[in-house]
Amino acid sequence: MIIGIDMGGTHIDGAIVANGKIIKTIKNTTDRDDLFKTIWTTLQELIKDIDKGQIARIHLSTTVSTNALVENKVSKVGMIVQSGPGRNYDFSAAGDQVEFIAGYVDHRGIVIKEVAKSEISTIKDNFTKSAMESIGIVGKFSTRNPSHEIQVSEMLGDHFDTITMGHSLSGRLNFPRRVHTTYLNAAVSRTFRTFADNMEKSLEKEGINVPVHILKADGGTMDLGTAKNKPVETILSGPAASFMGLSALFSESTDGILLDIGGTTTDIFFLAHGVPLFEPLGISIGSHKTLIRAIYSTSIGLGGDSYVRMEDNNLRIGPHRAGRPIAFGGEHLTPTDAMVALGKLEATGKQQVIAALTKLAKQLKLSIQETANKILDEMVSLIKERVDASLAAINARPVYTIKELLEGKEVQPQFINIIGGPAKILAPLLAEKFHIKVKYPEEYAVANAIGAALAKPTIEINMHVDTERRKLSVPEVEIYETIEQNYSLATAQNRALEIVTDAARKLGAPKDNIEAEIVESNSFNMVRGFSKASKNIRVRAQTTPGLIYALKGKRQ
Amino acid sequence: MTKAKNRLGLVFFPAFDWAISATHPEREERLLYTQDQIFEEGIQDIDGIEFYNPGVASEKDIARVHFAVPDAASQLTQSHFIAVGGAIRAFQAVMEKEVDKSFALVRPPGHHAHRVVYGDRGFCVVNVEAVALERIRQDYGDLRVAIVDTDAHHGDGTQDIYWNDKDTLFISFHQDGRSLYPGTGGMEEFGGPAAYGYNINIPLPQGTGEEGFLYILDNVVMPILEDFKPDIIINSAGQDNHYSDPLTNMNFTAQGYAILNERLNPDMAVLEGGYSIEGALPYINLGIILAMAGLDYSHVFEPDYDAEKLKQDAAITDHIEKLAEIIYDLWQHKEELAEEHFKNKKEVTRERQIYYDTAGIMEYQVQTFTLCENCSGVNTIDSKNDEHAHIFAITTPRKACQECIDKAYALYAGLSKRAYTNIYLQDRPRDKYLSK
Repeated sequence: MIIGIDMGGTHIDGAIVANGKIIKTIKNTTDRDDLFKTIWTTLQELIKDIDKGQIARIHLSTTVSTNALVENKVSKVGMIVQSGPGRNYDFSAAGDQVEFIAGYVDHRGIVIKEVAKSEISTIKDNFTKSAMESIGIVGKFSTRNPSHEIQVSEMLGDHFDTITMGHSLSGRLNFPRRVHTTYLNAAVSRTFRTFADNMEKSLEKEGINVPVHILKADGGTMDLGTAKNKPVETILSGPAASFMGLSALFSESTDGILLDIGGTTTDIFFLAHGVPLFEPLGISIGSHKTLIRAIYSTSIGLGGDSYVRMEDNNLRIGPHRAGRPIAFGGEHLTPTDAMVALGKLEATGKQQVIAALTKLAKQLKLSIQETANKILDEMVSLIKERVDASLAAINARPVYTIKELLEGKEVQPQFINIIGGPAKILAPLLAEKFHIKVKYPEEYAVANAIGAALAKPTIEINMHVDTERRKLSVPEVEIYETIEQNYSLATAQNRALEIVTDAARKLGAPKDNIEAEIVESNSFNMVRGFSKASKNIRVRAQTTPGLIYALKGKRQ
Repeated sequence: MTKAKNRLGLVFFPAFDWAISATHPEREERLLYTQDQIFEEGIQDIDGIEFYNPGVASEKDIARVHFAVPDAASQLTQSHFIAVGGAIRAFQAVMEKEVDKSFALVRPPGHHAHRVVYGDRGFCVVNVEAVALERIRQDYGDLRVAIVDTDAHHGDGTQDIYWNDKDTLFISFHQDGRSLYPGTGGMEEFGGPAAYGYNINIPLPQGTGEEGFLYILDNVVMPILEDFKPDIIINSAGQDNHYSDPLTNMNFTAQGYAILNERLNPDMAVLEGGYSIEGALPYINLGIILAMAGLDYSHVFEPDYDAEKLKQDAAITDHIEKLAEIIYDLWQHKEELAEEHFKNKKEVTRERQIYYDTAGIMEYQVQTFTLCENCSGVNTIDSKNDEHAHIFAITTPRKACQECIDKAYALYAGLSKRAYTNIYLQDRPRDKYLSK
């Protein structure tokens, strides 16, 4: 029995899933002033009549970190950045105090210039004086060789709340993103830790001794201990939970589009061969571009409650809302009103809707029914436009080998799965516009909580092997090994799968349920002086994204 | 967020699954560290820098420029069609105003590929820039173009292709051919009868550093470009003038390449040679990208950069200053010089031996340029190699007059297949390419 809870900005949803079936669901309002209490109350309600001994684990998607950022309740962060030669960066938005230090590691992880120790002790004093609470340390190419980050961290000692080192958050190359990711992690670290400690204590008091897993933006989970060190990964896990919920409600194996149409926004996701498409580099959080792996999503300011009006002689919908639909006591027309006018939706304010539509119909020189249809058609067109633009961008993602270029793999959606208030009404219109089949589930209200419950631990690793330097590195799991000079691609791949499996186990995956896969792998001959000398091997591996299991049927 | 002053399109295609051979300088690893540097520096996140995948060039694209013997399909590998396709995509991005400038980081290079292609020479089979340029001329019309070749090796292939084309100014500065492959590139190689003075070679002494390259740029290249007023400037961006290049003996730097690109301000750049793949390419390419995008490159240095050690010898400076004066003077007097050379001539012939170092083939050819009052005239190539090929190739230039077009077709029709292994007609005005 797994408990899934997804806390969003306005609502908190909970679900209990056992043996592939939904046993219980719940929906409450989020109390933004006491997020912990919100979760705790919901959890208690959920398990009220449940035998606690049956609970295997708790999966939690929280806005604790997101909220801390939005409300600016974050730690004061001192950043130490080793940028070496290259671009001239402005990191003023990535820390309360940002210090650039000497020293440099190159693209192969070779130390070109050492850290200046006196510089670090001066910075330490400055940070202490200016009351920096949390520290981030990031070096260029630190994923290839983290020794400078570690050295600086050791020099700072335990004077500060937490220290986040850039290389530990992602093995991917992108220095500015590494800086921003590290900053965010340091900034939300204390808030999340307090929350996690609270959670642990309360569960203990309640006598629930089960692991707590936290949802990540890539639709997977991590154990609470890992989350305490990498709270940045919990940011924006909400959409990922919805996505996983959708995946649980429909089992797909081809390319497709997932739509979540709400009151104000429509979220769009894509599946390639039934597997979620990820952001190419990492998710953006506010103005911060990060290295956090996340399910690709794009959002339009378009929903049932979007503001419908004439602008420059054109019918416009959204991107903002102007209160509730007229049908439900609002003052301005919305797509929901159009649905009411067409008799697709029942509402008390139908008369007022007709009155408002009559005005608009005159301007458009159409009948009332035509006007209502036009609103819905426009809504579907806007979705199509964005889907097409996203697909064009996705299908133009850069490739680096002749094989990939000539294969020209493209995402070609075969279906649309849709959830949200207007799902049932919009489904036939979408089917007509996209010329593909559209499905919507009978029950979707707590798809996000179901998604949270069924998510499994995920990890991606980026292995780099340099047989000349006899080094193997996997920054995500802090593995830096010395290897034999004859290390091969096959050995590297096996080792990568082993590391992924092991890491997934540490994140809380059940032993017999870990699928690891190689996503990318390359071996380059490093030729020095015209003879084949050694190898530069790169392997990217991950746990296969997906669910613990598919739902067997509807609620019991 | 950083925003590029100039919108820049990048075709970054390292062809990680292609090599001439396992230990050849032109191998899978070549752009690996450049990719690392580009990724790590967050170039993908700069607002205004767009990445494009290459297209795949067609055989017709190749035929617009080359006589591949016996045909393009048998001489080119997929990687060649894609390298050209990459340059075409980059050029199109500028022509379509998707971006202000573009840089095609593709491999293998192309500037040693002449009009006739029997195989690989200087790691080149097909002239990437020239094929891309002729494609955009075909699609977008007449263009006045300057190609500035900053590779350490003389761009002899590009020189051959544009030898008699007054609308394409070719400037190559390179390590003096007396000390480096392919051996050509003296300043007396000044263009064909219809374009005398529009092929400019600047052979530089070994050990030329930042000072010398930038002196040539400021005192020869830029003034000539001001006179020529091109619609488009293309940098044939070879990177082996770098002090760490294993195949050359020059002392140029990443900073120098960046400054050069800022001042030259090319519309497009295409990667050529450069085989210091670890110590130079990551930094030069970063420098060129930032300079082209109009971003700060002042912190781009090689790990082992030492200004003092790279300081240019006074004797070299002296030599370069004199050279600059001579070459600019030649350019200013090109019309009088052409008059001297070609007055009252009906045709001009040029005999050459061309060695394909990579393929190990020797070619002997005679080019004949007819002089026409109304256009740049029909020209022909009679070429043999030491592998029993003997071809005859006829070209009617882009803006050929009707008389010359008719003459070319008559000549093609009259040639007997018995005398040659292959006969070609390149009809640029009508974009038709025949062979028998």
